[in-house]
Amino acid sequence: MIKKKKVNKRKGNNLTIHFMPYSEISKEDTIGRIKKIMGIILDNKIIILQGKLRPEEEVRLIENSMTLIGNIAGFQGIEIAGISGDNENRGLFDNIRRNIARILIGEQDAITIIGPASVVKEITRDPKKIELMLQKK
Amino acid sequence: MIKIIRNFAQRIFSGIFRKKGEIKLGFYGSPNAGKTSLANKICQDWLGEDLGAVSNMPHETRKIQVKEKVVIEKNGKKIAFKLIDTPGIATKVDFEDFMKFGLSKKEAQTRAKEATQGIIESIKWLDDVDAVIVLIDSTLNPYSQVNITIIGNLVARNIPVLIVANKIDLKKSDIKKVQGAFQEYNVVGVSAKSGENMEEFYEELFRLVKKKR
Repeated sequence: MIKKKKVNKRKGNNLTIHFMPYSEISKEDTIGRIKKIMGIILDNKIIILQGKLRPEEEVRLIENSMTLIGNIAGFQGIEIAGISGDNENRGLFDNIRRNIARILIGEQDAITIIGPASVVKEITRDPKKIELMLQKK
Repeated sequence: MIKIIRNFAQRIFSGIFRKKGEIKLGFYGSPNAGKTSLANKICQDWLGEDLGAVSNMPHETRKIQVKEKVVIEKNGKKIAFKLIDTPGIATKVDFEDFMKFGLSKKEAQTRAKEATQGIIESIKWLDDVDAVIVLIDSTLNPYSQVNITIIGNLVARNIPVLIVANKIDLKKSDIKKVQGAFQEYNVVGVSAKSGENMEEFYEELFRLVKKKR
């Protein structure tokens, strides 16, 4: 019989936010990035990531979360939202410069918030702001 | 050399058969966006039958549902589709949410398990569709990460995508907000329930699959 793992519970009203600079994941492959993120999430911490994941990494993260629901007690999935300067109207030159920078140093001019759904009730995003609502204890 | 010739021949033949065959059209989106309702509407319009059951409870569709040989006719042209209705993609599933709809704890847990498996199945099917309709509930905030993630994945896979803002018959519907959120894409507003604006939808659908044929 498989012994079910448990998500670490929040102690009292403590809330831990883990700031993850892009350099922490820049050299990892998709599996490494997801492993790192999930490790922090299962510790019931909220991640503020400098930069953003690639679409295929986001979808793998969702897939991974779905596999864990029901197998790890108390884990209900994740909440995730990202914000970047993508929607800003830039000139052609600015866009070219930005794309070259992306290729060289990765997508760093974005912020992604990822949290366990047992802690984060909802993350709402409007074009230029993110609101984070926590679960009631 | 033989390998190059074989690959070339394979590409030519698969191209010929794809043109003659059905277009695999996926329906993607968050739970309760109206994917099955729109697929049902299309099936009713062209086959006179439904594809699947709909409900107000999220994750009603928990398995991929397929309807083959749906031939749609527009301006004298006919295209055959294979409709692939996928379970709604979500980042979290809490069985207690289902208990609010009157399910027992056991039933809710079973539904949650099936829902998570359905989401995994939906993601796997992203590699096996020719074109995709992304359904967005136009009464809700369109900037949900699920919508952005789905569309980002389709673009990365070079799969043509049409965004459908559903539920335009409701007072709270705001199609301009959906268009504003996805400015680089074609957005068509419909009501799968009342059938409002389906003609424009079919026109956009034909325009979409032209990119693939």
